[in-house]
Amino acid sequence: MSGQTVGVVLVSHSAAVAASVAELAVGLSGGGAAVAVRPAGGMPDGGLGTSAELIAAAVRSAESGAGVAVLVDLGSAVLTVKALLEDGELPDSARLVDAPFVEGAVAAVVTAGAGADLAAVVAAAEEAYTYRKV
Amino acid sequence: MNASATPDAGPPAGPSGPVIDAAFVRRWLSAATNAVDREADRLTELDSAIGDADHGANLRRGFTAASAAVDKAPPDTPGGVLFLVGRQLISTVGGASGPLYGTLLRTAGKELGDGATAAPQELSAALRAGVEGVGRLGGAAPGDKTMLDALIPAVDALASALESGAGLVPALAAARIAANEGAQATVPLQARKGRASYLGPRSVGHQDPGATSAALLVSALCQVAEATDEESAA
Repeated sequence: MSGQTVGVVLVSHSAAVAASVAELAVGLSGGGAAVAVRPAGGMPDGGLGTSAELIAAAVRSAESGAGVAVLVDLGSAVLTVKALLEDGELPDSARLVDAPFVEGAVAAVVTAGAGADLAAVVAAAEEAYTYRKV
Repeated sequence: MNASATPDAGPPAGPSGPVIDAAFVRRWLSAATNAVDREADRLTELDSAIGDADHGANLRRGFTAASAAVDKAPPDTPGGVLFLVGRQLISTVGGASGPLYGTLLRTAGKELGDGATAAPQELSAALRAGVEGVGRLGGAAPGDKTMLDALIPAVDALASALESGAGLVPALAAARIAANEGAQATVPLQARKGRASYLGPRSVGHQDPGATSAALLVSALCQVAEATDEESAA
């Protein structure tokens, strides 16, 4: 254990959605208060969309040396993070996670709060897809 | 052919057409920015039928920002200009077209490397690499009703015209026709990528906004090649 905690970035088309999911995940996670959970929602002017600038700033702010799990909602959020990663405009330790946004965020924050490493945080968020509701 | 007599007429035309240098790509950027600005309402209207009604405004914001960035610190190679425009689109568009067109141009720019000029075949290969990058990023296939349905026919037409010995101007004219036909051919298709795919069969009957803007960008490239050619021949 390095003592550092994996960070979590939540990218949504909507600033309100990103901020609320961050609040929900931290609130449900118990130990989540120790995790750097950073929302990157909407455009810099507050409109709906995906902002590369806000994403890059959130990832930098969530990074404490243990890596960052980046969860995204859909469409341009997915493509923007992929394009930024491909061109090395995000730290190497940032990982795009293939997970449902809300459930994946809760799983990631809980797991990160328990001190798990990046691979375990990513795996926990991805596993959220397997939880069936009906 | 006395281009040297008129210093303001742009670079001289070579045997295969206009010289592709940084200024050529900047003229394309300017033509593309104008076209996007002029057609923004139509793109948004197409996007309001099957998307989220922001394609025109998003591209206008992206190309305006890209033009400003290039004006502020103009790269001196064609690859450098393409790369910078691509980066700007990724950071400013705000919709899926940003990372998609951004990847296209950034990949093409990288492919061109740091030569001061590019041969038509090099431009053609670079654009193909860019279009393949779009396919990888978005995961769309031909026929999914996306920008690829205009872009793939365009780069195919450009490459095959050059291969058969055509100069840059007629080759780009063939690419423009192929892109426009490809965009029109998206009308009967059902969308399988992006927000429009949620509409299922209801996406049929509408021209894809991304394929439409792709055709505009190809058309701007052809227009600039034609204008450059005429000026230097004048």
